[in-house]
Amino acid sequence: MYDKGAVIAGLAVFVVFFSFPFWYNTGSAAYKQPQPELPKNSKQCVESKEWMRAEHMQLLNTWRDDVVREGMHEYTSTANGQVFNKSLVKTCMKCHDSKEKFCDKCHTTMDVNPYCWDCHVAPKEAK
Amino acid sequence: MKNTRRKFLKVAGLAVLGWSMRPASRLMAAHGAQSAEGLFMASKHGAPKHGEGLHAGRWIMLIDTNKLTPAIEQKCINACHTNHNVPDIETKQNIKWIWAEPLHNVFPEQMHENIPGGTERTTLVLCNHCTNPPCVRVCPTKATFQREDGIVMMDFHRCIGCRYCMAACPYGSRSFNFMDPRPHIKDAIPEFPTRTKGVVEKCEFCSERLAEGKLPYCVEVSEGAMMFGDLEDPESEVRKVLASRYSIRRKPELGTEPGVYYLI
Repeated sequence: MYDKGAVIAGLAVFVVFFSFPFWYNTGSAAYKQPQPELPKNSKQCVESKEWMRAEHMQLLNTWRDDVVREGMHEYTSTANGQVFNKSLVKTCMKCHDSKEKFCDKCHTTMDVNPYCWDCHVAPKEAK
Repeated sequence: MKNTRRKFLKVAGLAVLGWSMRPASRLMAAHGAQSAEGLFMASKHGAPKHGEGLHAGRWIMLIDTNKLTPAIEQKCINACHTNHNVPDIETKQNIKWIWAEPLHNVFPEQMHENIPGGTERTTLVLCNHCTNPPCVRVCPTKATFQREDGIVMMDFHRCIGCRYCMAACPYGSRSFNFMDPRPHIKDAIPEFPTRTKGVVEKCEFCSERLAEGKLPYCVEVSEGAMMFGDLEDPESEVRKVLASRYSIRRKPELGTEPGVYYLI
């Protein structure tokens, strides 16, 4: 085998880097799914919990375009046929009245920064 | 005279050129008073006739210059700016949706020293919601667009802050957010979003209130000095007033067809 030393050293460096996430995190606490606080005044969201968890970003994008560009304000839930006003602040945040205890819980864990709140005004946090 | 092939080709070429002129000119310019088709006209978007709320063929506003007093003007401005989270910045970079302006600035072409109250008398100015809005034609992202009921809307989600619309607007109705407006808003109203740094904003004829079946804020507090209604409905209040009183619009020679009428 030619250049034995260099090859083995290179392989060792590769293995160390490749396995970095595994050995770096050994011993630290296991990942816990974030627990956003659910609203107390309502049991049913506009769609099922599982669907909302996966699709809320698309839903909000569609609502945004419908309201601003098409002037369509009514959303009929496919879960129970109830009609909602398509509005982040006037509908979503009326039940989920704390951004810190709901939105931020997952967004911080996942390190995503949606720019909703650059413009939209979050409800005042209860102290 | 003998017809040569050369001469025939010349005439045929000219004829084709001539026949193509009319369709091209029709394509580019508006034809007729109301038709709004053609490359020189802004295209319309959106179908706002859904659900509850107020609907119209063409929303217009009437401003009675005689009934407006500085006190009423201030009331209208406050009602609009407070409820739309319009910041108050004490520099040239201030944001305005509706403001008071001396008559000689509003109608510079038709002022003379002896008009009643003088040329320094103020009136309210705001976005004119033109029938052929130059701002909409130049917007590269269609962030500003015209609804079918004539309202020129802003989609702040799409605005990239190029400010073409500000250059195009002949009325100076648009303001640019040179900085984050949040620190300059005392108490932000949660029901209406603020804007962010780098977007252009202006009056939207309170489209969010029309959707709820309410009239614009300024009209509501104007003590009858402002009226709002449907230009296309011959039975509407605004049409009756327009038919009975003399009204002018700003810079009519530009052909933008403003939707804000000033009663004289």
